[in-house]
Amino acid sequence: MNAAILSHAPIGSESAPPDYLLAVEALTVSFDGFKAVNDVSFYVDPDEIRVIIGPNGAGKTTVLDLICGRTRASAGSIKYKGQELTKLSESAIVQAGVGRKFQTPSIYDDLTVFENLEISFPRGRTVFGALTFKRDAEVRDRIHEIAQTIFLKDQLKERAEFLSHGQKQWLEIGMLLIQDPELLMLDEPVAGMSVGERVKTAELLNQIIKGRSVLVIEHDMKFVEDIAHRVTVLHQGRVLSEGSMERVKNDPKVIEVYLGH
Amino acid sequence: MTNPVQALSKSVTVNDSPFMKPMEWLSLLVLAGFVLVVLPVFLDGFRLNLVGKYLTYAFVALGLVICWGYAGILSLGQGVFFGLGGYCMAMYLKLEASSVENTKIQSTPGIPDFMDWNQITALPWFWQPFKSLPLTLILVVAVPVLFALVISAAMFKRRVGGTYFAIITQAIAAILTILIVGQQGYTGGINGITDLRTLNGWDIRTDSAKFALYFVNAGLLIACILAAQYVKRSKLGRILVAMRDKEDRVRFSGYSVAGFKIFAFCLAAAFAAIGGAMFTLQVGFMSPSFVGIVPSIEMVIYAAVGGRLSLFGAVWGTLLVNFAKTSFSESFPDLWLFGLGALFIAVVLAFPNGLAGIWREQIEPRLTRRVKALRPAPVAIPHGTPAE
Repeated sequence: MNAAILSHAPIGSESAPPDYLLAVEALTVSFDGFKAVNDVSFYVDPDEIRVIIGPNGAGKTTVLDLICGRTRASAGSIKYKGQELTKLSESAIVQAGVGRKFQTPSIYDDLTVFENLEISFPRGRTVFGALTFKRDAEVRDRIHEIAQTIFLKDQLKERAEFLSHGQKQWLEIGMLLIQDPELLMLDEPVAGMSVGERVKTAELLNQIIKGRSVLVIEHDMKFVEDIAHRVTVLHQGRVLSEGSMERVKNDPKVIEVYLGH
Repeated sequence: MTNPVQALSKSVTVNDSPFMKPMEWLSLLVLAGFVLVVLPVFLDGFRLNLVGKYLTYAFVALGLVICWGYAGILSLGQGVFFGLGGYCMAMYLKLEASSVENTKIQSTPGIPDFMDWNQITALPWFWQPFKSLPLTLILVVAVPVLFALVISAAMFKRRVGGTYFAIITQAIAAILTILIVGQQGYTGGINGITDLRTLNGWDIRTDSAKFALYFVNAGLLIACILAAQYVKRSKLGRILVAMRDKEDRVRFSGYSVAGFKIFAFCLAAAFAAIGGAMFTLQVGFMSPSFVGIVPSIEMVIYAAVGGRLSLFGAVWGTLLVNFAKTSFSESFPDLWLFGLGALFIAVVLAFPNGLAGIWREQIEPRLTRRVKALRPAPVAIPHGTPAE
């Protein structure tokens, strides 16, 4: 079933035109015969916020794992700016411009907020580069700029372990921002956040979208409505529906799946 | 009014990790004073040589601080690198001691005595480079580091880590011991390489040579501490900590995690090798009993007792455990190993950060409070007087 492709492929074009930032086609991965992701295709435009929703076990996180190279695809292709990602190493994918935030805040507890951000600064990524890395004005200014964006400018010297849950999530988003990725992938960025933090996160995402695309997995429908340009619904490893939030919400197949659970 | 961002930027700049904090300079000073002045003044030649031997283990403990404490890679096979460094040095010294003139009673003069006893008639190829002192000095570090590189690349590229890595390093220590013991004709077997005499003509058995070697050893140890300090405070040091904590996050921040782990392991191997070579020079022999599982685990205990996150702690831990070992094992040789085991368990359970942790959490805060209690006194007066 290729409804997903058909619904978004531009008229008169069979294959993905190169102006997609990310083109996922017929992506499949099977774990011991179980197809966690089955023939999934979708396309993300530059400057688009795309949200992937779906019930538990639908394969959302696995899709992100496949894109960033944590899991290797059994079949299909992932093209990022025309470059095939399925064969690249994780670090090469990051260096190509894909950033990934994990579901639980994945930050370095033993380091300060400043040091957390510094490690993500895209310079000195080799052993020798890291040994000779200098904390110069460029690095400091960039870290201060990012810290301002992620509401943590007063916490720079604090150990990351002492941040609140929401602040940890922002810190990880900041660690990705400092890499300046063109594709930012966020796995449940507002899970466990207070209402106030959620609003601020939505504001943050809308602010950082300029010049990049964001791929978000989220369960919080209110949040999804706030930020999504388009929504892709996954169910049992397949694309069930795709389009604007309005359209997806009224899709009988989606309603059935969500009511069924 | 100053721009708050600028003010903040300045305050962080101040915090921009100086090479060593004042406390660390003080620690270095205390350690250097103790090792370079106090011990040589108060100890006789025999005891000083003994301390010199202990200090060679401190090189290993230092490497473990970086490799285990910082990078989180527990190696139970550091004896391998200590031993390889020591054997490289011993091979050079043995060849020098086995001149044709010294060995003319052998059936093949000019080769080490144990080879002759094992009916070997020509010097094996891998002994050849050790005829040259400069080459030996390079190989002392290069051989163990290359070996560490091969092991760690094979493991870390396949993402073998944690307990599995520890077990594999232990197995390698056992294998190397068996190999050395088994290949008696090439290695000197269980006795090791003994009867070492001169280093480039300089008799290392004399008291004056031992005294000089003690200072060479201590100087090298301080150099290694400074090198480790450089690594620790560089971004690489922070990446090691980050990796220990969230390996995946580092990987998905664009780093090749394996490369950094390999570096940490090889650095630890290099330190251990230098220690091994200095051991051979000061003690006058090298044997498989410094390569195997037991010495390797003992070395981990030195680092654990001293504090696996503290370079200076590791050195003090090594000294303390070895002093204890010498005094206890002289009186209760059978009980010592139990004592050592109990010490390890006690440290891990009660003081996970070792001596350095006790210092940092208990003693230092009290000292600072004392110092602070003394200092504000003159400041308090001008505040107090106007009120009266």
